[in-house]
Formats: sequence, C-alpha cells, structure tokens
Amino acid sequence: MDLLKRYIPVLFLLGLVIGIQLMTHFTGTGYYLTQLTMSAYYSVVVIGLCVLMGYGGQISLGHAGFFAIGGYLAGALTTHNLMPFKDYGLITFLDRTGMLVASKDLYGGDLLTVEPWAACITAVLAAGIIAFTIGGPVLKLKGHYLAMATLGFGIIIYRIGLATQYFGEADGISEVPGFKLLPGIEVSGSFGARVLNYYIAWAVVIVAVILLLNLIHSRVGRALRSIHGAEEAANAMGVNTSRYKLYIFVLSAVFAALAGVLVTHYNGGIGPSEAGVMKSVRYVAIVAVGGMANIWGALIMGIVLNFLSLRGVFGSYDDAVFGIILIVIMLFAPQGILKINPWQQVKSFFSVLAAERGEDTADS
Amino acid sequence: MALLEIQNLNRRFGGLKAVNNVSFNVEQGSIKAVIGPNGAGKTTLFNLIAGNLPANSGKIYFNHAQINGQKPYQIAKQGISRTYQNIKLFHGMTALENVMLGRHIRSRAGFIAGMLNLPWTWPEEKEIRDKAQEYLNLLGVAECADTEISNLSFGQQRGVEFARALATEPTLLLLDEPAAGLNIYETAEIGRLITKIKESGITVLLVEHDMSLVMDISDEIVVLSFGEKIAEDLPHNIQQNEEVIRIYLGDEDA
Amino acid sequence: MTPELFIQYLFAGITYGIIYAIVAIGFNIIYNTTGIINFAQGEFVMLGGMIAITMNAFMPMTLAIMVAVLITMVVGALIEMVFIRWLESPSVLRMIIITIGISILAREVALHIWGESVRALPYFIGNEVTSVSILGARISPQVLWVIGVCSLMVAGLSLFFKFTSLGREMRACAANRRAATLCGINTKNMVTLSFVLSAGIGAVAGCVMSPITYSDYSMGPNLAIKGFTVAILGGLGNSLAAVAAGLLLGIIEAFSVSVLPLAFQDAIATAILLLILFIRPHGLFGSSEAASLKEF
Repeated sequence: MDLLKRYIPVLFLLGLVIGIQLMTHFTGTGYYLTQLTMSAYYSVVVIGLCVLMGYGGQISLGHAGFFAIGGYLAGALTTHNLMPFKDYGLITFLDRTGMLVASKDLYGGDLLTVEPWAACITAVLAAGIIAFTIGGPVLKLKGHYLAMATLGFGIIIYRIGLATQYFGEADGISEVPGFKLLPGIEVSGSFGARVLNYYIAWAVVIVAVILLLNLIHSRVGRALRSIHGAEEAANAMGVNTSRYKLYIFVLSAVFAALAGVLVTHYNGGIGPSEAGVMKSVRYVAIVAVGGMANIWGALIMGIVLNFLSLRGVFGSYDDAVFGIILIVIMLFAPQGILKINPWQQVKSFFSVLAAERGEDTADS
Repeated sequence: MALLEIQNLNRRFGGLKAVNNVSFNVEQGSIKAVIGPNGAGKTTLFNLIAGNLPANSGKIYFNHAQINGQKPYQIAKQGISRTYQNIKLFHGMTALENVMLGRHIRSRAGFIAGMLNLPWTWPEEKEIRDKAQEYLNLLGVAECADTEISNLSFGQQRGVEFARALATEPTLLLLDEPAAGLNIYETAEIGRLITKIKESGITVLLVEHDMSLVMDISDEIVVLSFGEKIAEDLPHNIQQNEEVIRIYLGDEDA
Repeated sequence: MTPELFIQYLFAGITYGIIYAIVAIGFNIIYNTTGIINFAQGEFVMLGGMIAITMNAFMPMTLAIMVAVLITMVVGALIEMVFIRWLESPSVLRMIIITIGISILAREVALHIWGESVRALPYFIGNEVTSVSILGARISPQVLWVIGVCSLMVAGLSLFFKFTSLGREMRACAANRRAATLCGINTKNMVTLSFVLSAGIGAVAGCVMSPITYSDYSMGPNLAIKGFTVAILGGLGNSLAAVAAGLLLGIIEAFSVSVLPLAFQDAIATAILLLILFIRPHGLFGSSEAASLKEF
C-alpha cells in the first residue's frame, strides 16, 4: 500500500512526459523538447542535492563542481586524440580491451579516443572518489564553514577548468561525440534524435527519482533525516553520522557528475561557466524553492525554473531572478512554496513592526 | 565483575574540574542513581559514559571492554542507550519515526538495499515499525505515533524519547533527569516504569533531582558535589549521611 | 630577486593584504553582533567604488567619496532592516542563503546600472606614472593612500570598540545578546549599526583601492572569498588577528606571481581557505576550546 503511494506520482510523471511529447508533436512545437531534455538532466543534479540538503541537512555550494568534473572528464576523454601515443603500452592495452574507438576527424585524419561508456564510468567514478576524499574533512564542518568550504571546492574546480589546456581553458571542450548507450540509442544533440533524447533524459530522471524515493523511505533515509533533526542524538542511537553524511555526499556528487556527462554529450561540449559558483547557487536555490526535504518539489522546480531560464524568459535578469527567488523563499517560506502559509507570514511581519513601534514610543 | 565500571574518571573545562577522579560500579540488573546539587558534574559524567565528551584521564569499562575513547555510535551499538535532560528528539519526523530510529542498530539495510528497495528489507522494515509501535504503546503515547514531534506536549515528548531509548534494547539505560518537568502523577508513573524496565533485565543508571523518586526506586546512590564523589551507599544510608544532608539536602531546606 | 623588486612585491602584498583585512573586519563586525556571515560583504566594496566613480563626474573627488560611503552605509542599513531585522532566530542555513541572494541581487543591480565595463577613480595624487622612491623601489603614492587610510580605519575601529559607549554596547551584544538586551541595550539597533559600519569601511576601501585595482560590478565575490579566508585565518571574530592574516595572504599572493601561472593566483586564497578549514577551523591565532563554544 505504501509502495503504491510512493510510485503513483512516478506513473503520473511518466504519463505527463509522454503527454507533453505527444502535444509538442501535434502542435509542431518540438523545439521545446531540447530545453526539456536539458532541464531533465539538470534536475538530476537538483534531486541529488535535495537529498543531501533536505534530508542529510548538509549544504553544498560546490555541486556545479561535481557536474563539471563529470562533464569535463567525459568531454576530454572522448575528444582528445590518442593516436600519437598509440605505441605506448597502456594505450595499446586499452585499445585491445575495446576501451578506445577509432574514427575520422573532419579532415579525414585518424582519431583514437576513449569509448564513451569507458569515459562515462571513469568520469563518474572520479567524481565519486573526489567527493569521498574531500568529504571526510569537509563534512566535519558545519554552517558557514561548510558552505564556504564547498564554495571553495567549486571555485577551485572552476579555476582548474579555466587554466588547464587539456580542458580547453576559457573555450571549454567542443565537438564531443554522441554517447551510444545501446545500439541505436545515442545521447547526442543531432536534430533527428531529439525525441529519442527527450525520452532518454526522462528515463534517467525517473530512475533517479525512484532510487532516491526508495532511499529516503528506507532505514538509511530515516537515519539521514535524524542527522538533520538532531545530530548528537542520532549518534547516540548508533547512527554512524559521519559515514552517512559522507555517503550521501558521494551519492549526490555521483548524480551531479552523471548529469554532467550526459549534458556534455547532448550539447556536444562543456565550458567553464558550467562549473561557476552561480550554477551551484542556482541548484541550491531550486532545492530551497522546492521545499528542501521534498524530492518532488525539487524536481518540479528544477524543471520549471531551468526550462524558463533556458528559454531565455528572464532575459538579462536571469541571475537576478534566482537571487530574488532565494531571498523571497528564505524570508517568507523557508519550508518551500509548497507548504507556504502567506497569511501567517504577513501577520508576523506586521506584528513585529507594531512591536517595534511600541518599543520606540516607550523609549522616548 | 560489574556491568559498568568507572575508574578515576577526570574531565576539566579550562580550570573547572567538572568530573574529578570519580570511580564507581554499576551492577548488572540494578538501578543506580547519581545525585548532587546543580553543577555537580552529573550530566558531564553521562556525556563521558555515552562518548559525547572525551575524558582527560581515567577509564570506563562496559561488559569488560574499555569504552572510553570510542565514538557515541560505537558505544550505542554495544548496548548503552540514553535520554537527555533537555529532550533531544529528531525534529521534522513523527513520533513513530523517532522510535523507529531506536531500531537502527537492530537492523541492517544499507544504501544499496535502500535505493533498490530490495525485497529482503521489507520484513525488516515491517519489524522495525511494529516494534516501534510496541514501545510507543508501552510508554502510553501510542496515540501520537503519526504526529510530528514538535506538536507534542512536553510529557509526550519525554515518553517518545524514553521509547526511543528502549527500542534499542539496551543492556544499560542512561536516564538524564527522566522526571524533570513532570507532575507528581507522571513522576510516579515514570518510577513504576523504571522499576518495570529493571525487572525486564535492563540495568539503569539515572541522574535525578526528585529525591522521593530516587529514594523509592534506586538500589544504590552515588552523590557528586563539585565534580567529586562524596558518598556511595544504599538509599536509606544516604538519607542519614551527614555530609550529604549538609551539602545537598541541607541546601534544599535553606 | 633584486632588493628593489622584493620591496615592490612586498608593497603590492601589503596593499592587497590590508584591503582583505578590511573586508575580513567587515565580516567580523557583523558576525560578532549577529552570528551571521554576510556573504554580500564584497558587494559593499564594489558599491563604494562604483558609486564614487559615478559621483566623481559631478563633484570633487573628496565629496564624491563621502557621498559614496554614505550611500553604501544606507544600503547596508536597508539590507539589515528589510531582510534580517524581523526574522525570529533564523537558522544558519537560511541566513547563508539570504545573504547569498542579496549578493547576487546587488551584483545584478550594479550590472544593469553600470554595465560590464571596468572603471576607476583617478589617482588621489598625480597619475599612474607618478611614483615615490622607497628603499630604492618605485611605489605609487596611491599605495601609500590605501595603506594609510586602511590603517587609520583599523585604529579608529579599535578605539571605537574600546572607548565609546556605543562601541562597548556593540561588544556587549557580541558577548551575550540576551544579557545585553536585559541591560537595556537595543540589540536590534546594534545589529543595524554593525551592518552600517561594515558597509562603511567596505565602501572606503572600495574607493581608495579603485585607482590601482579598478572597479567593476563583479569584483565582490572574489574579495569576499579572500576576506573570509583572512577572517578564518585570524580566527572568526578577531579583528586584530585579521589584519595580520590579511597581510600574510596579500604577501603570499604577491610573491606567488613569480612562481605560479597567473591563472592560479586567485586559487591560492581558496586553497589556503580549504586547508585552514580542514586543519585549524578556529584560525591560526584562535583557540579550539573557545571556538567550540560558539554556535556555528
């Protein structure tokens, strides 16, 4: 019964996804699918961060960094030509084991690059290992210190992307090939594959949502929420709090990196702006609007806000909109807009004002 | 050998000796009370036993194994469970979920099993829920099972915290002022409950201000004053111990 | 390295270092009275510089700077009154997100007013080629202005906190907010005052540094990160230690130019920040015992 309650919204989502695709098909507005695909991938970052922030209670201002680690590694591995190093033992070995693919570049030259699957696994693993390594010391910190440390991590990743020739410096990486998941199913930005890619992206989202919904309703999810609720007491109940925080940090980093890999293949490239602090702040903003401990809220807001942003609805006020969202939500509805009680907020605002006016007159 | 042995335990905060060379034993199956005026170091002692604070020196043995220096969760896994003077429940969770956390060390589903919702975790999850409900029933707070914790009254919150501690099926239960903020009927109820817990085979160590409760239920009493142990005896001897009366009971009369 | 070059690097380091120290002190003032880290601290510096540059077109520079500092102080007061004053004991997470939002908003407003172009105030004395000779090295007089004005501010602030009753009241707030309230101190006004003060010193720093470092709408976050690094390095809340830590960071950065590629220069502060957070989060000069008593 509980299971049914958990999965019915997923079925509803599936229906909606199909419905939207059919609608765009019949109204000839298929171009929306591109942004919907992108929004779907970004939402994977958001729901992973939602579990870390809302359930684990740990803020991260560096998740764009993990997204970028995934994207940059996948992009670099699948574009850099290994032909000149063909005779080195390691490269030969990788070639023999099928980890490399040969192709022709635009001018007919021979290209030898890493196979996307191998690159994807390497990239996601790398992000996981980095998260695991820095997570130990970072998650010992709390509050401002944690926020600043994760922010610092994000900045360093951004700087590395910007200053390393291998990652294309300010230009980033382009001409990233498509990612053949299975024969006939390829993540790529080619026009003909738009509908297919829309479904691939949403399949990824749905799988991610199911995994995370299961997790938060399990023994582990309960333990995570208890850490958020009262860390000391959680520890006294036998929850290894530092290990749980570390694992959920790694898990959300892996989600972000996977999204990074897929977006990079879909867009055919990645640039340093994807690693920027503003991106990380955006992810946090979306989780906050969605209601922190609310995967569905984060998902809905992730899709809506990213879609509007990608459509250019906010124009040159794009970042400003996210800034305003952050402030307004945190001032008036820290539980997210899905639980807002506007009347209560307005009342408390005026009662405080009135109280202060009272104080002032008493002083004079 | 006693269940819990505390040997020459010391803890300083700057120049203040919060716990000063304290030693005592808690025998298996008994109720032992720690009393003393405010600031005597009772809560610090509890934090040392539960692993929330590191000791400056001294040793704590539980079930023949040294436990000081271990993390709180490791100590909890060995069978020590506690409540707090100022209740520490998990906010944002219901009463039932709070008590379910007590079953954490008695279950084992991990990240992978949780994410994939593997079928073997289903009976485990059901057992966690059923047991948690049982403990809520035992504490008489079954009706608040599905209520978020901050919407409960103080007495109900105490009950839930108590149930959570019991749900771990501890060998040793540490109770930090279980009767604080309760009226005399509720206090009497708590006293009956603690005796019942002891009868079920759980050893209890409690800190309490309510003398009538302490005298009623405890088998032995340790008296602390300014971090030092000044007496350890049977309840009726403590009542007649002149030093105790002077520094502790005498203070209350004044 | 020639002695002249050494002196030159040293002065560059001190110049930047003392600016970081001012930003760090701005963090400290607000942190001490509220327990909040104001992520928008760097925006005060940006606003001070940008407003002064605009005003300078209509009035003499001294007046322009005064107007700019005043406006920034008003902005600081408004930020506190609109966004912070009426919140009942907000969580740290909430305050982090709100001040980040404010920082973004301030930057976006600046972008729409001033655009992306880089501007600068004219040199206070002479121009970019004027220089004075110190120990054989050629130093711009503006560098001395920065060092002089910032040192004066640090001295002024410590006198203010020590000897004026207002300063004492603010310190009482920092030590124990509740007790201060009970003693009849209006803690809410003290919080506003702390925002005004840290906006003010940020704006002054923004003006004096503008001729050398230039100003643009996006300079805030970078300064904030460095200021925060310095604040942590000195131990959060400890302003004199922040000066020492600021000079340390400034000098490290200045000398790193000779060994590291320029692109990584800005990452040094971040790397130091991470390092110090991992090893000694209570700062080089703070004590861990005292730090654990503070609520983060």
